[in-house]
Amino acid sequence: MRLKNMLLSAIGLVAVSIGLSGCKTNNGESITVVGSSALQPLVEAAGEQYSSDHLGVFINVQGGGSGTGLSQIQSKAVAIGNSDLFADEKPDIKADQLVDHKVAVVGVAPIINKKVGIKNLTATQLRNIFTGRVTNWREVGGKNMPVVIINRTQGSGTRATFERWVLKDQPAIAAQEQDSSGMVRSIVATTPGAISYVAFSYVDKTVQPVSINGVAPTDQNVHANHWQIWSYEHMYTNGPAKGLTKDLIAYILSHKIQSTLVKQMGYIPMNDMQVERDSKGRVIK
Amino acid sequence: MQNDEIKTALQRRSRSARIERRGKIISFTCIALIVAVVFAIFAFVAYHGISTFVGTKVSVWSFLTKTAWAPGTTDASGVPKLGALPMIAGSFGVTLLSAVVATPFAVSAAIYMVEISPRVGTRILQPVIDLLVGIPSVVYGFIGLTVVVPFIRNVFGGSGFGILAGTFVLFVMILPTVTSMTVSALKAVPRRYREASLALGATRWQTIYKVVLRAGMPGILTGIVFGMARAFGEALAVQMVIGNAALMPTSLISPASTLTSVLTAGIGNTVMGSLENNALWSLALILLLMSLAFNLLVRWIGKKGELK
Repeated sequence: MRLKNMLLSAIGLVAVSIGLSGCKTNNGESITVVGSSALQPLVEAAGEQYSSDHLGVFINVQGGGSGTGLSQIQSKAVAIGNSDLFADEKPDIKADQLVDHKVAVVGVAPIINKKVGIKNLTATQLRNIFTGRVTNWREVGGKNMPVVIINRTQGSGTRATFERWVLKDQPAIAAQEQDSSGMVRSIVATTPGAISYVAFSYVDKTVQPVSINGVAPTDQNVHANHWQIWSYEHMYTNGPAKGLTKDLIAYILSHKIQSTLVKQMGYIPMNDMQVERDSKGRVIK
Repeated sequence: MQNDEIKTALQRRSRSARIERRGKIISFTCIALIVAVVFAIFAFVAYHGISTFVGTKVSVWSFLTKTAWAPGTTDASGVPKLGALPMIAGSFGVTLLSAVVATPFAVSAAIYMVEISPRVGTRILQPVIDLLVGIPSVVYGFIGLTVVVPFIRNVFGGSGFGILAGTFVLFVMILPTVTSMTVSALKAVPRRYREASLALGATRWQTIYKVVLRAGMPGILTGIVFGMARAFGEALAVQMVIGNAALMPTSLISPASTLTSVLTAGIGNTVMGSLENNALWSLALILLLMSLAFNLLVRWIGKKGELK
């Protein structure tokens, strides 16, 4: 009876795996954090440190974009939903059920290909480039080279931040779109005349960051809101955070993580901020 | 032994019959599960894809024919800007072009492998083609981004991103599919056709061109359609080189987008159940219907070949 043996062993396997998974839930806890590819690296690193300090705790971190984070936390499918945007900035999200935990600040800088030969633009020039009124770098003092705009995907948090503070709600011209910051950087680095925008942590030697009205995109300028293109990194919970979820958020907000990991990975610690902004973009403090 | 005992022993199901019955039940359960999953996927995609048009101002016709794609924003009359024509044009553009470019290469390679030099074919070319199939699409995309895009920029101008770059990448990706299906189509042509043709005094080239290719035509067409189906559904590699601009392609080197590239890039940034999200599911529905169409086409070609 070979078949019977196979069936029996299959049943046995199922039973053993149920037993094993039972053990896991008895000994340890696990939560899932989803959303915002911009915040993902920080939460991953902090989660790893947290679980090495607390044995048997599993922090499962996934990316997938701010929209995914917000809709997953709204439907209570996960413990924490990450987002680059305030929940009430996204239509279709019932923000009143969600509790906001701001864990870091991210500055966004325009980057251009090094061959363009520009280091500073006025806010108006930058707006005219992304709305399609400037099509050649010559018009803003650069070389005779057509402007190649690389946008982030529609609905991306970085793009929403950039459009809000640079375009002031004017529609951006339809252009190339890429769905990751790393890809954007490498395309800008290799394509003559290309311009895009990335979080400060993605700016490196291969591309030229651009100052606006003489203000350079640095952490110090973000602290005092001299550089306005920045956004909070939010970790949303459905209702007040409890148990492991609460502990993890407190851990990320702790001095230990804010002064080490947050800075090392290119985010701006919450305590360094001298101003505070609400979801309408008004400066509160 | 009593007659009754013999009777029951003979009428009882034998052990092998029982095993066979059990096997049948297991395999039918599996098949039913697969069918159910396929229908569930179809129903899910259709449900979300159709809800773009239910209770909104978006009509199917405007979705298929308008060219402005900016979900989340509305035009002057308050209708969401959901025009999928640039993506549809981009998808068909890269699919048809890559099939047009790949077919001559694939058919020539297959003729060489089957008719001219079967030994070199099986020893060298076949393993090479099998190897091409195994390369993950992200590798093709990366090569496209670092080699093909700068090449096109330097030779043809523009930013390098566009339908031409997508065509080059897809050409390499569908070449093995089309080639190996053409090879099996040519191998399936009965030997007596070739012998009869040569016996009538036809040259080798005449035999290949007028007899073998004709007889293998349904199989070759099936291979091409399979290649096109792969090109139409390929997401990652194309996304990396086509530029993902929701603009009507004006030339082969202007940035364009395909249904898959917009779908994969946008799905993470939309909220499930919102119009932006449903619009992406509508794109997915178009893809699903197209793959259904490709399947039907393959069956139809197969039937045509059967009659011959």
